[in-house]
Amino acid sequence: MREMIKMVVVLTVLSTLSGGLLAAIQSSTQERIDSQVLKFVKGPAIQKILEGATNNPVSDRFAVPVGEEEKNFFVGVYEGKPEVVAFETKGSGYGGDVGVMVAVNVKTGKIHGVSVTTHNETPGVGARVETHEDFKKQFKGVPIGTETKVKKDGGEITAMSGATLTSRAVCTAVRRAGDLYGKLEPQIKEKLSTFSG
Amino acid sequence: MAKTLAQEFSKGLWEELPPFRLVLGLCPTLAVTKSVENGLGMGIATTFVLVCSNLLVSLLRNVIPAKIRIACYIIIIATFVTVVELLMQAYAYPLYLELGIFIPLIVVNCIVLGRAEAFASKNAPVYSVADGLGIGVGFTLSLGALGAVREVLGEGTFYGMQVFGSSFEPFTFMVEAPGAFVCLGLMLCLINLAGNR
Repeated sequence: MREMIKMVVVLTVLSTLSGGLLAAIQSSTQERIDSQVLKFVKGPAIQKILEGATNNPVSDRFAVPVGEEEKNFFVGVYEGKPEVVAFETKGSGYGGDVGVMVAVNVKTGKIHGVSVTTHNETPGVGARVETHEDFKKQFKGVPIGTETKVKKDGGEITAMSGATLTSRAVCTAVRRAGDLYGKLEPQIKEKLSTFSG
Repeated sequence: MAKTLAQEFSKGLWEELPPFRLVLGLCPTLAVTKSVENGLGMGIATTFVLVCSNLLVSLLRNVIPAKIRIACYIIIIATFVTVVELLMQAYAYPLYLELGIFIPLIVVNCIVLGRAEAFASKNAPVYSVADGLGIGVGFTLSLGALGAVREVLGEGTFYGMQVFGSSFEPFTFMVEAPGAFVCLGLMLCLINLAGNR
């Protein structure tokens, strides 16, 4: 009995200390990690989908409060008009959340492009989503708010072969982007009008 | 304790050199040694985990009940691996992107658990740190060497710098997965030849 109690106590104390240490490190590095992600992952993804924009979309951004958090929107200026906003949503993939940057043309209400930011998908399978342009091109021009689904689920999107879960995650993220955009459209348009380009 | 501190350290550099003499820890050895930088980065991350977990396991060796020792070691190791992951995200993000899933996989690296079970649980903290450091440095150098051979042959570069003239046709097979096996096999062969003299 004594041995049993000792085992429970040792494991509990050890796990608690471990949790405490990790929480401390997590909260002290969070800010730095966010800025690194912005620089190395979101930055290139934003530049890629807002290709041809005449401004710097990474620095031209505004925040809109969503619930308790703030959501960043990146602005793309085309032909002198700030018409495209890009923002990130998430869908659940095979190895956790897949972050997807969705760019929407505010004037036409159509998707300007999508690009994957953070993910933990299997190398060579789901991770191909990074470079699989044919898959991502399917979202281009789709009206925002459309119920995007892979063909297996009765939708229009052809999944990447062997990576249905990852493809589904991207569709989910795009659907969520639609929901979010629907909710925030007035605020987004208002903020956009302050950008002269 | 017959061996001196220096001997505990130096055995990791030759006698018990992890990938080449013990043929342990092959998963990261094969997977991440596409370049010198990746190999060294992985080695340093593993060394950090190895030293910290050896120290803690050794300090707690009289507290941890024998029946649940493995569970305790895994908690300790997993904690330090997560610490490494967070620090790497905060301070070396491009390297983190390259190594990706192989950083969390250090948890199940048999070298780390092996040293905790075989050495740190039976020896004083100072010796355990020396042991961890020795094995870690040996592992780092091995990964660096393997990475160097593969990078020079496969990409024609060393640490990102061009080593051959532009007429050099890179032997891309070397940076693919099968090339890792072939390269490791040849290096094992050479090291065994040298060791058996």
